[in-house]
Amino acid sequence: MAAEQQVKSPPAKAALWRRPVFRSTLFQTLLVLALVSFGYFLFNNTLHNLEQRGISTGFGFLSQEAGFGIVMTLIPFSELSSYWDTFLVGLLNTLLVSGLGILFATLIGFTMGVARLSRNWLVSRMAAVYIETFRNIPLLLQIMFWYFAVLQPLPGPRQSINVTDMLFLNNRGLYLPAPVFEPGFEWVMAALAIAIAIVFSTLRWMHKKQEQTGQIFHTISISLGILICLPLLTFLITGLPVSWDMPELKGFNFKGGMVVIPELAALLLALSIYTGTFIAEAVRSGILAVSHGQTEAAYALGLRPGTTLRLVVIPQAMRVIIPQLTSQYLNLTKNSSLATAVGYPDLVAVFAGTTLNQTGQAVEVIAMTMAVYLLISLIISMFMNWYNKRKQLVER
Amino acid sequence: MKKIHVIASAMAVCTLLSSAVFAGSTLNSVKKKGFVQCGVNTGVPGFATTDDKGNWKGIDVDVCRSVAAAVFGDASKVKYTPLTAKERFTALQSGEIDMLSRNTTWTLTRDSSLGLNFAGVNYYDGQGFLVKKSLGVKSAMEMDGASFCIQAGTTTELNLADYFRANKMSYTPITFDKSAETAQAFDAGRCDALTSDQSQLYALRIQLKDPDSAMVLPEVISKEPLGPVVRQGDDDWFNIVRWSLFAMLNAEEYGVNSENVDQLAATSKDPNVRRLLGLEGIKGKGLGLRDNWAAIIIKQVGNYSESFERNVGLDSPLKISRGLNALWSQGGLQYAPPIR
Repeated sequence: MAAEQQVKSPPAKAALWRRPVFRSTLFQTLLVLALVSFGYFLFNNTLHNLEQRGISTGFGFLSQEAGFGIVMTLIPFSELSSYWDTFLVGLLNTLLVSGLGILFATLIGFTMGVARLSRNWLVSRMAAVYIETFRNIPLLLQIMFWYFAVLQPLPGPRQSINVTDMLFLNNRGLYLPAPVFEPGFEWVMAALAIAIAIVFSTLRWMHKKQEQTGQIFHTISISLGILICLPLLTFLITGLPVSWDMPELKGFNFKGGMVVIPELAALLLALSIYTGTFIAEAVRSGILAVSHGQTEAAYALGLRPGTTLRLVVIPQAMRVIIPQLTSQYLNLTKNSSLATAVGYPDLVAVFAGTTLNQTGQAVEVIAMTMAVYLLISLIISMFMNWYNKRKQLVER
Repeated sequence: MKKIHVIASAMAVCTLLSSAVFAGSTLNSVKKKGFVQCGVNTGVPGFATTDDKGNWKGIDVDVCRSVAAAVFGDASKVKYTPLTAKERFTALQSGEIDMLSRNTTWTLTRDSSLGLNFAGVNYYDGQGFLVKKSLGVKSAMEMDGASFCIQAGTTTELNLADYFRANKMSYTPITFDKSAETAQAFDAGRCDALTSDQSQLYALRIQLKDPDSAMVLPEVISKEPLGPVVRQGDDDWFNIVRWSLFAMLNAEEYGVNSENVDQLAATSKDPNVRRLLGLEGIKGKGLGLRDNWAAIIIKQVGNYSESFERNVGLDSPLKISRGLNALWSQGGLQYAPPIR
């Protein structure tokens, strides 16, 4: 009875400020309030100071005509375009160089990472020399090296290096024939889409079949065959609906065709070669993290070295590689803002540079630029985290 | 709780500091620290460059020095901040520098929406083109489709676009942060022509590997009045910068130079000269400066003609003639209000 009574009687109440829940809620609320009011103070103080000193504020400038030209634009742009268009041009140029940079850096990185572990002495030494050299030279110097030392000394447009009258390389860039798509080409694109769909379903079917019966298919040759033949046939049937716009020397420069400007080439080379070294090291660490017993077990089962690498080592190594890869991708994207050193028109050079200077609205322009880099980084990071989750070891 | 105290007091200090920076007058803060912080170009011969001893020289630098002479009686009390075109206005707005004297074009946008004021014009310029002689071009009108090296964030970028749009021609702009980079790229053949203010073209031309291989085209496609800039809302400082420049121009007009200034101060009977040298009239009162402020400028920096010839004119490697920058009385545009 006594015990029952003790349980039923309410516990002695602690004073309100001694309760953990109350205290933690109170302090957290206070902290949030302090942060919000500090942010509000900063915002207000800035606005007040700007107004007091007669500096225009607001985003109205975005609809004004920019009135200056940009060397490379992925969207139509003229001197009559607005400052908002300069933002888009800069953003797209940043995305272009980051995207291509990530692609090339990954290719270089994986090749070199595997090469450094090669049993071939020459191959592994060469990979080691590449990694140790380019990892330890500041990126800005590398960009300048490619731009000023390698690309600028190329001959002028009239003495271009000419490859079969189709490719022209000079100090203004690499000029290539540009494809012009004529009516009928949409059929080729449709055929390509269908081919991809067929390849995907065949691959799944073959994978299933192999799991069930152990029968091995020549997946690569079959899928390549479908991918090439179907669009090619359509292309021939519709009467070759593509013509080529050839670059041609007219007046001062080449006209027509496509051009890779040296600023882009220098930046891309430097970014992919530099970041490639870090990815190579990440790959090496990932592969070395897979216990050697796994490889031996695979050999014992009779798998060949290539298959062992592809089916046993790499999937396990990826778990170590992906988080490091994510930070390298983020680094590369942010490092692309060094473009301004060689005059590649990226977001920082065009928008946070020229546009800022012509309008003088530093706070707005810098805020927008920072927000964009934050957003790009967050998107890359989200995607890589999702990919990481998929590749993580599923414990059963 | 201690932490909260620390944070609160830090915040209070920040608030005080941020308001103090802009509330105090520039003249007082300059006097307190003992020198004028002057924003100049990163390096354009004749306008702002360092000599082999590391001293800054140039017609823009002389404006900084004349302000220091007026305020401190010593033209050497200047500290220089080399700025690119992109950095210059932010440096002035944020209070990092006291004045900007960096071949900056006076435009409506800059005067009205940046919180800045132009204190005068120390060089009347116009935009031109520098081309390689081997290109065989005689006029800018023949340059349809050409590519141009330009400095980013300048009026040059806008003028070039205007010129080609007005003449229905196409062009490719290649922009760099520093004018030295534009010259380097032009030298390497990245662009067909370099475009900038004419004065700079002459200056950049002598920096090329072979200056004789390039020439300046006859066209001038814009008006570029270049002058010193101060923050808006500090009229006392604005007046000092403006009248330091006017003193140099008036000195040239009345024939006062660094060599004869002492002698004229002792002997001259000309009321204009006597007012300029602070011997009669309002002297330095209205500006809050010593009586002989202008005399010190003339003694230490020289009059406008001396500064011009020494830095960009016939006594310099640039050999630019006075042209628009001659005094109004000699067919030019330089005209300073009277000192009285």
